[in-house]
Amino acid sequence: MSNSLNVVGRSVPRSDGVGHVTGRTQYTADRSFPGMLHLKMVRSPLHHARIVGVDLSEAERVPGFVRALTWRDVPHNLYTILTLIGVEPEEEYVLAEDRVRFRGEAIVAILAETEAAALEAVSKVRLDLEELPAVFDVEEALKPGAPIVTSWGNNTFMYEGHPCRRVRLGDVEKAFERADYIVEGVYNTSPIEQAPMETTGCIAVPEANGRYTVYTNTQALYFSLDNTSIILQVPGKQLHFVGGTVGGGFGGKVDVIVEPIATLAAMKTNRPVRFVYSRSEEMQVSSTRSAWRIYIKDGVSRDGRIIARKVTSYADSGAYSRQTPYALTKHAANAAGPYAIPNVSIDAYCVFTNRQPSSAMRGFGVTMGSFALEVQMDRIAERVGVDPWTIRFINAYHNGDMKPHGKLAEDATLIETMQAAATLVGHDLPDELRSMTSAPRDAGRDGGDR
Amino acid sequence: MASTIVTFEFGDREVEVMVKPMATLQSVLRNQLGFTATKEGCRQGGCGSCTVLVDGEPMLSCLLPVEDVAGRRVTTLESITPPEGLHPIQQAFLDAYALQCGYCTPGMVMVAKALLDHDPDPTDDDIRQALAGNICRCTGYQPIVEAVHRAAEAMDVSGAKAGGESAHEMLAGTSGEAAR
Repeated sequence: MSNSLNVVGRSVPRSDGVGHVTGRTQYTADRSFPGMLHLKMVRSPLHHARIVGVDLSEAERVPGFVRALTWRDVPHNLYTILTLIGVEPEEEYVLAEDRVRFRGEAIVAILAETEAAALEAVSKVRLDLEELPAVFDVEEALKPGAPIVTSWGNNTFMYEGHPCRRVRLGDVEKAFERADYIVEGVYNTSPIEQAPMETTGCIAVPEANGRYTVYTNTQALYFSLDNTSIILQVPGKQLHFVGGTVGGGFGGKVDVIVEPIATLAAMKTNRPVRFVYSRSEEMQVSSTRSAWRIYIKDGVSRDGRIIARKVTSYADSGAYSRQTPYALTKHAANAAGPYAIPNVSIDAYCVFTNRQPSSAMRGFGVTMGSFALEVQMDRIAERVGVDPWTIRFINAYHNGDMKPHGKLAEDATLIETMQAAATLVGHDLPDELRSMTSAPRDAGRDGGDR
Repeated sequence: MASTIVTFEFGDREVEVMVKPMATLQSVLRNQLGFTATKEGCRQGGCGSCTVLVDGEPMLSCLLPVEDVAGRRVTTLESITPPEGLHPIQQAFLDAYALQCGYCTPGMVMVAKALLDHDPDPTDDDIRQALAGNICRCTGYQPIVEAVHRAAEAMDVSGAKAGGESAHEMLAGTSGEAAR
């Protein structure tokens, strides 16, 4: 196969296909080890609360209870996943210390001989919580007097000292003044759970050589390994992570949630420890795609060309950042869409609220922006009185066009993609659109006074 | 409460398990007997990944107290896998790319088997109706529906349509249901 280089266009059997159809594929929770303990979490029933006290005495009397872990047991309890690519600050707690910021936040890990015993012990832990005001809306969270979720005094992620990720090209305000049309829209999306069929989980196994083998269904094996190494303050060589078999992820399994605490539990007990989410944990506790609110204001000339676009986006990160600050950066870079617009201003806010944390999901900050932009494009078409195909063709990138973030387009394919799509859906494009290409613009014809 | 002994037919043999009251068939298969093809997607009857056949009928093993299958015949994905090669339904799922992550596949295959055992020539609607309780998050379902059609054709070419369930079992090399 490698000599002939002719795989494209041919169907090739999946390497894991026979395992899947026979049920012999071994997913994380299909493994079992002698003496394996079960880990279950005591979680906050409140959206925002001060932790006054935790009483384990009754839980400890449950037959099969082995031990509990609190934040005091975690060597480096405060972390942030993207510290690996230089994102600061560390702001999420492996186990809550004095405050919980979302309903479902982990407070105490219970280890027991059986799953049933672990669940029973969890139900016997008495939490003394003092409820605090909570905020669930991105713009409410930015108002003066809003409950503060973070430890740094406001509810936004700070990008190099700014409360939002900013992109600027040209001067939108001046361009709005000379625009023939101003088209404004606000677009809201809800959080979406990735809902993989297999829930998040791992099993950590102490080995005789002092290492720990961690079987996990993470989508990001080295994120998990490196963060576990940081959180537990052990060298990476002590951790052997086994992954690659993932029963669905869609971005829902790139957070580092189960491995550090399960590995710590294996260290503290010298026994294999299984920590697998229930379906309700997967739905209610694991991170979702963010809820978004996106404001778009466009200045459009009579012929349908967009001469200015201003985007103000708010992504609801929930109580902690996880991958959302990075998603906002990707969002900001793409927020003007695949269109050549000479004046662009983008402010993209990563906002903290008391919702369950959001993180990665397919498209990573771009998908929701595309939803908003393409509905906006249809509105522009309607307002200007041209059809929705034309409005996109005349504004599409050509190679050599300047993108808002300062990079020249060099792989533009929107025009060709739309032509192919038109053919596939049987839409007859007019000749002037059918003959367009993404080749660099003729300065005399297309460049000019944009 | 005291444990009890439950006996049922599994594959080509009888198994005897000691269980706590209300232990599910799913937990007995996976945790006591070690047969993990039967999956655990929700444990609340919502996803279909734990589907097994009890006396040929598809059932959600996560909601089924094992006492309820005492004396009955339990068929899982392991039981229909022949000693060599694949059951025609398994082959069809493979050929039609009716899987990605694979986690829903065992439940889908078991539902398809129950359907084709009853109706060797189902329509698109029949197939969709049969699969309605099984969630897949990867494929968008169309390749799965296609796989069931392909399996029906493969089993028909082999003369199964006239023969009903016993012929299906025979052509799959699973008349006694393959031992693992």
